[in-house]
Amino acid sequence: MKLKLHIWRQSAPDVRGGFETIAADNVSAHMSFLEMLDVVNEGLIAEGKEPVAFDHDCREGICGTCGMMINGNPHGPWEGTSACQLHMRAFQDGDEIWIEPWRARAFPVLKDLVVDRSAFDRIIQAGGYVSIRTGSAPDANAVPIGKEWADEAFDAAACIGCGACVAACPNASAMLFTAAKVTQLARLPQGQPERYERVLSMVDTHDSEGFGNCTNHGACQNACPKGISVDYIAQLNRDLFKATLMDRPDEAAV
Amino acid sequence: MRRVAKLYQSSVGKKILMALSGLILFGFIVGHMVGNLKVLSGPESFNAYAEFLRDFGYPLIPHEGFLWVFRIVLLGAVLLHAASAFQLWGTSRSARSGMYRKTVDLSFSYASRTMRWGGVILALFVVYHILHLTTGTVHVDFVAGDVYHNYVVAFQSPIILGFYAVAQAALCFHLYHGLWSVTQTLGASHPKYNPLRRPVAVVLALGIFVGFLIPPVLVATGVVS
Repeated sequence: MKLKLHIWRQSAPDVRGGFETIAADNVSAHMSFLEMLDVVNEGLIAEGKEPVAFDHDCREGICGTCGMMINGNPHGPWEGTSACQLHMRAFQDGDEIWIEPWRARAFPVLKDLVVDRSAFDRIIQAGGYVSIRTGSAPDANAVPIGKEWADEAFDAAACIGCGACVAACPNASAMLFTAAKVTQLARLPQGQPERYERVLSMVDTHDSEGFGNCTNHGACQNACPKGISVDYIAQLNRDLFKATLMDRPDEAAV
Repeated sequence: MRRVAKLYQSSVGKKILMALSGLILFGFIVGHMVGNLKVLSGPESFNAYAEFLRDFGYPLIPHEGFLWVFRIVLLGAVLLHAASAFQLWGTSRSARSGMYRKTVDLSFSYASRTMRWGGVILALFVVYHILHLTTGTVHVDFVAGDVYHNYVVAFQSPIILGFYAVAQAALCFHLYHGLWSVTQTLGASHPKYNPLRRPVAVVLALGIFVGFLIPPVLVATGVVS
């Protein structure tokens, strides 16, 4: 099929960008979206032009590296699908597709569709870890955990940190990401010792990185390729509130 | 205390303030709606209720004393609600760098996207409403103290009724998102009750809408006069 692509081109962080219209005339419905961009790039290289820069790695929807706004949808029109798993059969011959980078002050554009998401790394550095030795994988049921709690922690841990929540949020808030990273540990025994210090510190970093605030629109949940629920944000709010009222959150081991 | 100040500075703290002030205002709205329904039980009953509000706690509390404390608390809640909305709006605006050329709205509801302007419209309505039925400044035939008379005369005009109905619809939208949002912000999330949060918000928002409009519609149709 033939498509008309409008792709955001920006040669460097501080340079003014703009849309470039590129015809993609040789697209198969079986290609993934990123493969389609690969083919477009081969064409650009053959013409001696600069290829479109975009992030990608595993291409199986589990690493969180790829991500772009496709016709106003983070990762494109398919629900629960990252851009690499989106296939061109989602589009029809003659379609026009607008492809843009995530737009948030905390995610500056580096080049074309590539944004700097290291703000997420700094939120993780602020507390998204446990500082006890967990050793090698423990025997099954050595640490008893309720099934619901394990499931909740696991669902939160499905977050791949792609940034689609920030891209979709009308407030450019990263609360869904932060909430998933806080809750995956808050729901497990290993996460308890630092539970309340963690939430204070991670929300603090979230705010200082320049993300907006959550006003419960729910766009993040709908955009998330992993279907992370906004219920985790409620959980984060509760933990933050508790941590504030506590005497010494750092000694609040359960 | 230092940590409470820090919580207020954080984005979540401002939301908690927004949620708590919103709950105070919602409590008032419920009371106001129930009070208005007393129009249906006739002039004596409604005027006596208005008198009761003015003289609540008298002689322990001076005449209109309770009413003024109540008004100051409400005004404080409105100011906190608006101030936190304004601050959150400011942060969000600076957090977005440039607009998307194409956008698909992925929000849960139309109501969530109209909270800010909806709130401004409601504030303007409240100003008009006070000038209309509290001070009587913009009322065609205001009799101080005869609350029933003022109410019935006001809603005999279909234009006034229509205007109030629009304002109630705006309130209904605001509550639909707000009442769900408050549970989210205050962390009242539990797997067992989460499926109920949305329906409860719908029922309460619609209940307020219907409850506020029953008496004026009955006035406009001549059932209450």
